Amino acid sequence: MQAYTEKIQEAARRLLADKQVDVVIGFRKGTLPFMNEPFLAKNADQVRKLYWDSNCGINLANYLSKRTDRVAIVAKGCDSRNIVVHLLEYQIKREQLHILGIPCQGMLDRRRILGALDGKEPVGVTEKDGRVLVSGAGFEVALDRQEYLQENCAICTHRNPVIYDELLGEPVPEQTEVDRYEDVRLVEAMSAEQRWEYFDNLIKTCIRCYACRNACPVCFCPTCFVDESRPQWVGKTIDPTDTRTFHFLRAYHVAGRCTDCGSCERACPVGIKMRQFTKKMEKDIKELYGYEAGVVPDQRPPLDTYRPDDPQQFIK
Amino acid sequence: MMEIYIAKEKFPGFVEKLMGQQRVFGPVFQGQYHEFAELKASDEIDLSYQNTRLSPKGLFHPHSERMFQYSLATGDPEAGIVKEAPKDYSPRVILGIRPCDAKAFRLDDANFDTETIKDPWWTRRRASTILVGLACNAPCRSCFCTSVGTGPFDPAGLDALLIDVGTGYVLQAVTDKGKELAAGLAGGEAVAPAMTEQVAQLKQAAEAQLTIQFDPKAIADQNMLELFNAAFWDEVQFSCINCGTCTFLCPTCWCFDIQDEVCNDQGDRLRIWDSCMFPLFTLHGSGHNPRNVKLQRVRQRFMHKLKYYQDKYHGGVACVGCGRCVKSCPVNIDIREVARLMSASCVCPA
Repeated sequence: MQAYTEKIQEAARRLLADKQVDVVIGFRKGTLPFMNEPFLAKNADQVRKLYWDSNCGINLANYLSKRTDRVAIVAKGCDSRNIVVHLLEYQIKREQLHILGIPCQGMLDRRRILGALDGKEPVGVTEKDGRVLVSGAGFEVALDRQEYLQENCAICTHRNPVIYDELLGEPVPEQTEVDRYEDVRLVEAMSAEQRWEYFDNLIKTCIRCYACRNACPVCFCPTCFVDESRPQWVGKTIDPTDTRTFHFLRAYHVAGRCTDCGSCERACPVGIKMRQFTKKMEKDIKELYGYEAGVVPDQRPPLDTYRPDDPQQFIK
Repeated sequence: MMEIYIAKEKFPGFVEKLMGQQRVFGPVFQGQYHEFAELKASDEIDLSYQNTRLSPKGLFHPHSERMFQYSLATGDPEAGIVKEAPKDYSPRVILGIRPCDAKAFRLDDANFDTETIKDPWWTRRRASTILVGLACNAPCRSCFCTSVGTGPFDPAGLDALLIDVGTGYVLQAVTDKGKELAAGLAGGEAVAPAMTEQVAQLKQAAEAQLTIQFDPKAIADQNMLELFNAAFWDEVQFSCINCGTCTFLCPTCWCFDIQDEVCNDQGDRLRIWDSCMFPLFTLHGSGHNPRNVKLQRVRQRFMHKLKYYQDKYHGGVACVGCGRCVKSCPVNIDIREVARLMSASCVCPA
């Protein structure tokens, strides 16, 4: 994946020099292993900092909302799907965008890798032949890349960008044999009481920092329901009732819009698996409407469409 | 200095003895990471930890706390009278706290415990707590305590300091509270000169692992307005998603909100952590928001920690270099990089 760095820089340099775009949104190399930083390049000097490897898990579509300039953006499969959602929800115009598509083979799950190191600190990281080589003071381990992908990446079925102006690499094979909802079915099979307990345990460490919401590309409301103060809708404490209200409402709010990019789980400082909520929404939308968020750019999403011939009575 | 040696096999007994006398808190592994929690059993404490995910500030300044409660019941003669909610101030020990985290309480005292303002809950909890630290023999790569005026063996914020010497711990008493704790300890042995030498070597080795990342003095020397208007904030702020991770994990971020919650005829006045990263933090009743854009909020966090605090209190920066914000920022904004930008000689906009 590191081969993309040169291609991104080349495209960025060209697009800025030709004045086709005003800025380029990509990543620069992070200051810690398994971390990179979203970065805005405006000139040739900054283009040199653009970087790509398997630690670009944060969804860059998040940085597009309501921009007014012409933007080139580096987009792996999920970013491209969220660009589609942004277009459908009028957060940016297609003509403002130059999408640099990245066929992606999944991003690394830094938390699980750090967990596997058992407290040892990584210093050097390289990737070779499907293996992640991690070294530090007095140790060196080789991890199977496939086993340490972010959980959403391991079950991703849209690794190739669904929309782009140029593709910076050969398309990669899509994963077709994945079961996206194994974990959701386990929760569905629980009794109401078990499910309640399961969800309570899932979110009990939440500190209400809103990293999940803020890393989410579909959370762009001018004022989030959490931040409404007149009246205040949601309690701010870490009492289970308040925390539940936040997580449940957030999940419903992204129903039919979430692309399972995994930014929320990647961002969470306490490791909450909040995709357990959003994946259930995703599964329902797929089963009820045959719809996948951010895949088709020219069709209104089911939950923002009114049809007079809707079969359900409640809508009439 | 009063110091004793406790062999590791005697350490659980030491913890149990403490637990018999008072509440004991320590680093406990909770599934994915370590967190400070009250010990229910002496073997819960895990001193092999590097750093807890959240700082221990919540033990003094909880995320959400009921300060007062009141009744609004019709006919209740005490309706509308705000009464303090009961809190536990019984004596306690925090065992195995890192020197940086303990030093952070000193920095927070500048807000909660001053000549003119004494936060009752903070000060009472501080007074009823003994801090027994654990020296860092192997600091994390994201740590930078020696750049901000503390260090892996710094006793400054502690009552006593434990140093892991392999076979056991050397306990150095720092304050009278620490001396009292050490004196009441059965099973402690005298510290041999060779061990004192070993402690000095461990300290030196730990400090040698930490390179100086930036110079706080250089930031103090900057002109405040030039720094405020510096061009680099635009680059620093770009990736920020304005979540509260950095501030909530930080041991020296103390800001809070006060809210009333009423359910039927029972009211609670709550104090809840707040964050300068949130737009609501500075929203006025008029609807005006003086920090309406992300750049202003990002700048505020770094300026407060690294510049305003220095200018106001003249006691260094409001940062102890624990590295939590560095490690947990979802988008890898690194305070060490920002501090370097802030301390660079020319910060004027182009």
